[in-house]
This record gives sequence, C-alpha cells and structure tokens, in this order.
Amino acid sequence: MNSTWSRFNITSIVLGFAFLYLPIVLLIVFSFNESKLVTVWGGFSTKWYVSLFHNQGLMDATWVTARVGVISATVATVLGTLAAITLTRYTRFRGRVLFSGMVFAPLVMPEVITGLSLLLLFVAVGLDRGFLTVTLAHITFTMCFVAVVVQSRLVSFDRSLEEAAMDLGAPPVKTFFQITLPVILPAIISGWMLAFTLSLDDLVIASFTSGPGATTLPMKIYSQVRLGVTPEINAACTILIAVVAVGVIIASIANKRREVQRQLDEQAAQRG
Amino acid sequence: MKSLGSIRRDFAPWNDPSAKPYIQFDKVTKKFGDFTAVNNLSLTIFEREFFALLGASGCGKSTLLRMLAGFEEPSAGRILLDGQDLRGIPPYKRPVNMMFQSYALFPHMTVEKNIAFGLKQEGMPGSDIDKRVAEMLKLVKLEQFAKRKPHQLSGGQRQRVALARSVAKRPKVLLLDEPLGALDKKLREETQFELMDLQQELGLTFVVVTHDQEEAMTMADRIAIMDKGEVMQVATPAEIYEAPTSRFVAHFVGNVNMFEGRVAERTADTTRITGATGAQIVVDNGGAATAGSDIVFAIRPEKIKVSSKKPADAVNALEGEVYDVAYLGDMTVYHIKLDDGQMVRASAMNASRVTEDPLTWNDRAWVSFRPDAGVVLTR
Repeated sequence: MNSTWSRFNITSIVLGFAFLYLPIVLLIVFSFNESKLVTVWGGFSTKWYVSLFHNQGLMDATWVTARVGVISATVATVLGTLAAITLTRYTRFRGRVLFSGMVFAPLVMPEVITGLSLLLLFVAVGLDRGFLTVTLAHITFTMCFVAVVVQSRLVSFDRSLEEAAMDLGAPPVKTFFQITLPVILPAIISGWMLAFTLSLDDLVIASFTSGPGATTLPMKIYSQVRLGVTPEINAACTILIAVVAVGVIIASIANKRREVQRQLDEQAAQRG
Repeated sequence: MKSLGSIRRDFAPWNDPSAKPYIQFDKVTKKFGDFTAVNNLSLTIFEREFFALLGASGCGKSTLLRMLAGFEEPSAGRILLDGQDLRGIPPYKRPVNMMFQSYALFPHMTVEKNIAFGLKQEGMPGSDIDKRVAEMLKLVKLEQFAKRKPHQLSGGQRQRVALARSVAKRPKVLLLDEPLGALDKKLREETQFELMDLQQELGLTFVVVTHDQEEAMTMADRIAIMDKGEVMQVATPAEIYEAPTSRFVAHFVGNVNMFEGRVAERTADTTRITGATGAQIVVDNGGAATAGSDIVFAIRPEKIKVSSKKPADAVNALEGEVYDVAYLGDMTVYHIKLDDGQMVRASAMNASRVTEDPLTWNDRAWVSFRPDAGVVLTR
C-alpha cells in the first residue's frame, strides 16, 4: 500500500471529513456566538448556555427524554433478552420461523408506519397519549435491536458452561443468574445502550405517540427550529454531542484496554 | 483360553461373580429423531474402576456419558448407579460430576471460585469450602494461580482446573469427556499418568470417553470398544489387544494382519486353516470356529518373525518378497508380499544396533509365527 501523502490523498481526506463534520463544527461554533442571529458571528460568548438552563421548556423536555429513554431501554432489554434466549435455545417449537421474523421485522419497518400504527392502537384502546404511550412505543421499536445484539452473543455462547454449572449442582434458574447472565452481560449492556440511544434521538415515533406534557427533546428542538433557530438550540445540541462523544470515547478506551490486557495475559499464560 | 490377566494391579472385580456392579446400563437405547445413537446397550462398571469408552466419533460413547450425567434421558432401558435408578433425576441432583472436553471453565470467575462453585451449591460452610479449595489446588499443583481467571492460564493449567473443579465435590463417579483431547502430545502423556495417580489417590470410579486408543490402553482398567451405538467388546487393554473377539476390534486397536480362510480341520487343541489364497496355517486355539466354517485369522505385526531363510522349527512359515522396509529407530517395520499375493506387515524390535539378518527391498524372505501368536475370528 502506498503510504505517502500525495496531493490526491490529502484532498480526499479533507473533503471527506469536511463533508462529515462541517455541519457539526458549524453548529458548535455558533453555539458560542454572542449575536442572536444564528448565521452572523458577533463575538465569543457562553451566554446561550446560561440561558439554556433557564429555558424551562427545554429542561422539561430533556427530563422527559431521559426518563423515557431509561425506562424504555430497561424494559426493552429485558424483553429483547428473553426473546433472544428463546430464539437461540428452543429451536424446535412450532412457529419459530414466524416468531423470529416478527421479532426482527420492526428493524426494517419505516418509522412512520410504526408510529402511525401505534397511534391507531392507542386511540383504539382509549389510551390517553402522553408519557406512558411514548414509552410503550419506544419499548416496541427498540426491543428488536436488543434481541439482535443479545442473540448474536448467545449464538457463540458455550452451552457446556451451563451444563457444567448444573452438573455441579446448580438448578436451572440459579445457573441462568450465576453463569449465563454474567457471561452475556456485556452484550446486554450494549443492547441497553443502543436502545437508550435510539430512544434518545427518535423524533418520528415520538411525534405520533406523544401527547401534551410529554414532549421529548428532539420534538422540542424540532418545533423550536420551525419558529427559527436560536443559539440556545445550538448550545443544547453541543451539549448532546459532548455527552455522546464522551460516552463513546470512554467505552472505546475501556474496550481497548481490556483487549490489550487480555492479550498480555494470554501471552503470559502461554509462557507458563 | 489362557488368562491374559491384568498387568497393572490385582484389581479385577469383573472376574468375581459375587462383585456388586456399581454402574449398570440395562438395555439402554437412545434415539435422536430417526437416528439411534445408543442401541439396546448393556454394560457394567465396578466401583473404583477406571473405565474407558473407546470408539470413533459418532459411535455413541459421548451420548452414553451424557445419559449418565443426566443431560440426556434414555429412550428405553434403565441406568442404575449403586442400585438406584437414575431415571428422572436431573443433572444437578446426581452424585456424578463431569469434566468437559472444552473444560467449560466459568470465564468470569477466578480459579478459586470455579473450584468452589460446586461446593457452594451444596451449601457447604465457607470455612470448609476454603479448606477444600486449598486442598484441590494443591492436588493439581496450582496453588499460586488461585486468583487468576481462566483466560490467564495455559491449556494444561485449564485442564487441571477443570479436573479440580469436577473432583472437588467428591462425586461417586467422575465422568471425563475426552479429557486430554485439547493438550499437545507431550503434555497428554504426562497427564495420563497424573490422572491415573489421582484416581488411585481419591479412590473414585472414573468413566472416560476417548477416541485415542493409546490413551485408553494406558489409563483404563477395562475398555469398552463401541461402534454404531453398540458395545463390541469389553475387556482389559491386554485382552482387547491380544484376544479381540471380532474383526472390528482387532482392526480398531493397533495394527493387525488378517488372513481370510476356512477351517480345514478342528481338534481339541489344533485348528488347521486353509487361507483363501492357499496359505496353510496351524493354530493351537480356534475359539468358536468349527470345521468348514469361514473365518479370519488375525495376527499382530510384532508376533511375526521375518528371516531370510526358513526357520527349521517353524510350524507356520510363508514365503514372499520384501516389499517395503521402514526403519523407525526402536523398531523396523517390514511389508512382505507373500507369493500368494497377500501383504503381511511385520515389525521387529531393534534390540541391538546391528541387525544380524539384514533384509532389504526385493529380498526373498520368510515370515513365521508360533501357533499361539494369533486369534481366529468368526465375526
């Protein structure tokens, strides 16, 4: 492979990264704008961050989003894990193919359809739209993502671990909680995080299923933008980006460290 | 028949009609759908025995072990342990423990916790658990590795942790599924002897499943040779090797020469065989063969003597030509093509550094053997 920095290489990289990150950089830069006009630079200031924390509407929406995210991700993780276990373990029950297809269908279902059908259902059963309905909707569409993540881990899970535990005297339930669960826990955690992230940035389904008093952050931002982008929104988005970036960086550093440690351990073990 | 006896030790409850069987497979059949893994199999294992189930993959030996552990239920028949019918008893209530082929060490627990796992399940007090774990670590010489996780251990160390974990509960029976399969050859040989010592020390009954005949021959008191879900022969390693009862067993264990033939004459202590290609063979024991029946005469390569001249006193001597010679250091293997076309494999120990009667490619040669050197097989 040619590793020299040719003009062509540099140009591609600059263009590529500009394409990916210019909008975000712009957003971050303008969140520190003194001017009230979003597109006119009026000097450096952090006043929008201060005013952000005094914007009750935005803070309420953040709180709603966090609660919806945590509750829906947790319930979806439990349900998705159960579905994944059933699908990998009980391979010979009637209707397994149908069941597995139905668990994964929402992955490719257009969000508009999911949102609309949930709305129709909630109206049909007379459920008032609000915090409960948006949470239920998020559980529905994030559950299948959890199931996919956990199932991929279970496929490579060595069943003899469970047999060994039972052989040593642990009944099935104890075996599940002491052996199976700890071993697949990393997958369950990443499933939860995926579900939480999906819930956090969902706009379409939330718009269909939410009601008064349960406006999520993406909904709030979207509705405010329609009235004109304020630097406050830029500040809110910058904070969101910072939170996500820090999370991703911490996770990848921890992962890298574990991997390196593992390799060192294995090399040490081979040497004796 | 002359008794071949056990070379190892004076332990032979299978020859004692009053000995109580410890594990009994009674007409056990196991089917998976249309596939019969174990077919109407009966087998008796005695207390403190080191018993090996030997066979190619898919012969049903692992299924047998898994039924004993409780992971599979027989489709028909009974399994008795110390007189108790095991039907319906789940694995976690059976007084047997198993060492898995993959070792199945719990990856999220230290060596110590792995070994303690079974003891905790039976509600042993903490101080007793610590004592037993220390004892087990000492037994497998892993004291300084107590706090390590399985991925921080070498293959041999993992194998010893698996072993320690499976004997920690002092089970009545220890089941070992290909216990040395994942180790390299040198380590495997060392570990074979360690396992034998351990079995003696703990006084447990061991049932080991293996496809490695050398492993089974080295370790086991008795071996059951299995094929297609059935037991072909159960005997001591020496008997299996020297007195196989079928072509399958003779072929399966070690090298063997087979002469197809027919019994020409049968008296109380002599059987005269005419080979299919004309060779005349005299055997001093014909087993169940009757005059006129088609049989196979089986003889091991090391029982055949190769010489350039016909030995004067030989009862059985056949002439041919040296087809191939392989010098292996400790012994030399000859392939002799007899004049009737049959190929014979013979091996000679290189007891001295210079061979007195050197034979090489295309030399004329005689193969000779004593009347008691081989066996007559009727099936």
